Amino acid sequence: MTRYPRWKFFLLLAALVVCGLYALPNLYPDAPAIQVSHSEAGGEVSDVARQRVLGALDDAGLSHGDGEIVGSSLLVRMGDTEAQLRAKDIAAATLGDNYVVALNLAATTPQWLRDIGASPMNLGLDLRGGVHFLLQVDMDSVVKSRMEAWEGTAKLTLRDAGVRYRAVSVDGTTLTATFGDQVAADAARAPLRQALDKLAMQPAGDSPKIVMTLNETALKEMQDYAVDQNRTALNKRVNELGVAEAVVQRQGADRIVVQLPGIQDAATARRILGRTATLEFRLVDNSVSSARLRSGMAPPGLEFFPFKGQEGRIVALNKSSIATGDQVIDAKMGFDQQNGQPEVNVTLDSDGARRMQRVTGKNVGNPMGVLFIETKTDVKKVIDEDGNSVDQMTSSTDKYVINVATIQSTLGSRFRITGLDNPAEASELALLLRAGSLAAPVSIVEERTVGPSLGAENIEAGLKSMALGLSLVLVFMIVWYKVFGLIANVALLGNLVIIVGVMSLIPGATMTLPGIAGIVLTVGMAVDANVLIFERIREDLRRGLSPRQAIEEGYARAFTTILDANITTLIVAVILFAAGTGSVQGFAVTLFIGILTSMFTAIIGTRAMAEMIYGRGARAPSKLSI
Amino acid sequence: MSKAPMNINFMAARKPLGILSLALVVISVALLLTRGLNLGLDFTGGTTVVVKSPVDVELSQARDDLTEAGFGDAVVQHYGSPKEVNIRVAPKDDADADKVGQNVFNVLKEHNADLELLKVEFVGPQVGDELRDESGTAMLLALGLMMLYVWFRFSNKFGVATVLALFHDVIIVLGLFALIQWPFDLTVLAAVLALIGYSLNDSIVVADRIREDFRSTRQTDPVAIINGAVNQTFTRTINTSVTTLLVLVALYFFGGEVMRSFSEALLVGVAVGTYSSIYVVSNILFMMKVSKEDFMVPEPEEVDEMP
Repeated sequence: MTRYPRWKFFLLLAALVVCGLYALPNLYPDAPAIQVSHSEAGGEVSDVARQRVLGALDDAGLSHGDGEIVGSSLLVRMGDTEAQLRAKDIAAATLGDNYVVALNLAATTPQWLRDIGASPMNLGLDLRGGVHFLLQVDMDSVVKSRMEAWEGTAKLTLRDAGVRYRAVSVDGTTLTATFGDQVAADAARAPLRQALDKLAMQPAGDSPKIVMTLNETALKEMQDYAVDQNRTALNKRVNELGVAEAVVQRQGADRIVVQLPGIQDAATARRILGRTATLEFRLVDNSVSSARLRSGMAPPGLEFFPFKGQEGRIVALNKSSIATGDQVIDAKMGFDQQNGQPEVNVTLDSDGARRMQRVTGKNVGNPMGVLFIETKTDVKKVIDEDGNSVDQMTSSTDKYVINVATIQSTLGSRFRITGLDNPAEASELALLLRAGSLAAPVSIVEERTVGPSLGAENIEAGLKSMALGLSLVLVFMIVWYKVFGLIANVALLGNLVIIVGVMSLIPGATMTLPGIAGIVLTVGMAVDANVLIFERIREDLRRGLSPRQAIEEGYARAFTTILDANITTLIVAVILFAAGTGSVQGFAVTLFIGILTSMFTAIIGTRAMAEMIYGRGARAPSKLSI
Repeated sequence: MSKAPMNINFMAARKPLGILSLALVVISVALLLTRGLNLGLDFTGGTTVVVKSPVDVELSQARDDLTEAGFGDAVVQHYGSPKEVNIRVAPKDDADADKVGQNVFNVLKEHNADLELLKVEFVGPQVGDELRDESGTAMLLALGLMMLYVWFRFSNKFGVATVLALFHDVIIVLGLFALIQWPFDLTVLAAVLALIGYSLNDSIVVADRIREDFRSTRQTDPVAIINGAVNQTFTRTINTSVTTLLVLVALYFFGGEVMRSFSEALLVGVAVGTYSSIYVVSNILFMMKVSKEDFMVPEPEEVDEMP
């Protein structure tokens, strides 16, 4: 018989050592910690701030770590989760508005392991606790508001071009302009086509009108833009919430996944995420009579809105806005230096600032109002014409004026909003403004919250069942296959180390409870390869082959069967990964990795050990312990 | 250990067992059509809340409180222990559907201040419908790909036999879920897909050996050949099932509530799969009158290599 190639031994050993090393960090449990970061992106945590936090923690009698700088933020380890919660409040109170304090977990992996890039596995929300949201972007309302804006643009363009029109109206994704005669319609074509380049103009018909529709690519573009802008805005909000390792990802055409690990207060998270609030700055028209205001019939070009907090007061605002919330670059809460009232200091981007400057420049002495627009979206079941129950998104919008002030001078990129009730309101308004307005209303269509204690229970349940399942299999194999059973067991344990190592090495791989189940199942199925081989060896021995020949033959003949058997499960794992969500994907990942590594250890690994025991001596063994 | 080769006359019982299999499949299909699966939250939408209390929770009290608060349709059950309670609320049409979880918790907390919120799951009706469709597609896709693989690997008769054994297993497991009304959620779907892989694997090993024996032995009686192949693979079939069942038992008892229905599905599935790889595969092969001729390697055509 041929000697077993030496390089295979080394390959095995190398794989085991490397995976073992990268699996090691999982033995060091994460420690509860607080994370302090600067509220402005890119801002560093100063040494003064660090000393103040540590000092405050000392004063409160909490034992804590030294506080290390990780990236641009400060991480202070705490003894337990209770101390962690208290420390967060203390640090937040000490540092004030310029810093964000979040709960986090600090890895306790030794430095030498971190130097080689080893880190523990990512744990899914079902194991570490936290909130998972799936948000749906309401595209209909995006389209609606864009079409309305284009309606305004169309009217403006026609006026500028000096073309008289009868009406401009919008229905769904179609914009229709009607004219008195064909001459006017023909004259309007060129300017409209130029002004509304996202809309496709339909060929001229007999009647004097122009029909323009939103084309597919433009619709897709709008959708992408809306979802991406929402994602960015949500990302900012999540950062404002101070959640470490949060995930904000687009999923599919019009959905966004938000995962907030370790969050205990789901209600607050939902309130901040689910709200769409934006501001519009508009000119106030004081010429409208109070009787007219009460009637609710706004004259053309104006809109009536209630004034927040003042029962019965109605304000007439210009329909067109000077600047909107998405032009806000920064918003900070502050206090008026004269009367100590809370205020929000707003900074606009260049577009917003330019327009603000132009309009306010012409309107010094006139009042300007701040309109607050809050949108809430619900999904309702309605019965359609065919009698089917379908989901329909309905948005309800609250619009009210929060502030009216006289324009004292030309405003530029920076100005203040006053007239807020209390500091809390000012700070929330600042947060919402800072976090950017959402381009489209969103609604929560899925939520999964796992409390931290359940997460710990799940880990324990997973580990317990793994330990028990593994021991049962180990005992069974030794009883049934003796020395070869022992060999299979060593390979099985090696397989576990490799799975954990590989899971820790792949950056995106996340361990979930079904993931642990996948490993447990792999343990049970991985020995199948060995069972197949060993049964073949036994058969060959019965046929009268020598022990060494039986080993050779057994491995060779079982190989195709093993391959067959594992390919089917691999296919299933891939489908499961593609079709599943979250935790089920975790199962697919461990199943996939487990199958691959188990083929490696169960075929090459056990073979190497069998060779070491039976293949090395000068004299061939007369019998095998199998 | 050199035991004498096993020789059990498995095929003696093949006819009654064939009828049993057929009956089980028919009953399962009937159950699936009439009772249907007890679809879990993932597929129906709605809200599930799990709470934990330091003391045992009276379900009737919790039910009364919830009914009073307008959650009359809530299903309230103990969850693993009398201290933990699972409340499931059907999907609501009103505006605050996504806040049901928090509201339920607040209602229960009024009578039990130490109540701890373990888990809230809210799935909107739309997402539920999508997950159901996607899962159905995934299952069909898995079955389809398995058929493709088997078709690629085996001759017609063996392919048909292994695939039918596969359908047999999946249908019976689903039928049992319909009978007992065990909740069927995404984790159970994962189990069913894993079963598809496992069951086919099991059948392939047996079918492979049958095919090998047909080719290598001089014997011509299909019954004897198949019986021999089943005997040769029997220890392997049983041992692999036993190790898999061992870990599943561990998962069943210690994996917690989440893993319970997962392990139930696989426990049943592995048992049925083991049986089907022995009897269903062989029965179908007999039905299709498999014979040695099916495995004759076709004579290579003579190719004239001269120009």
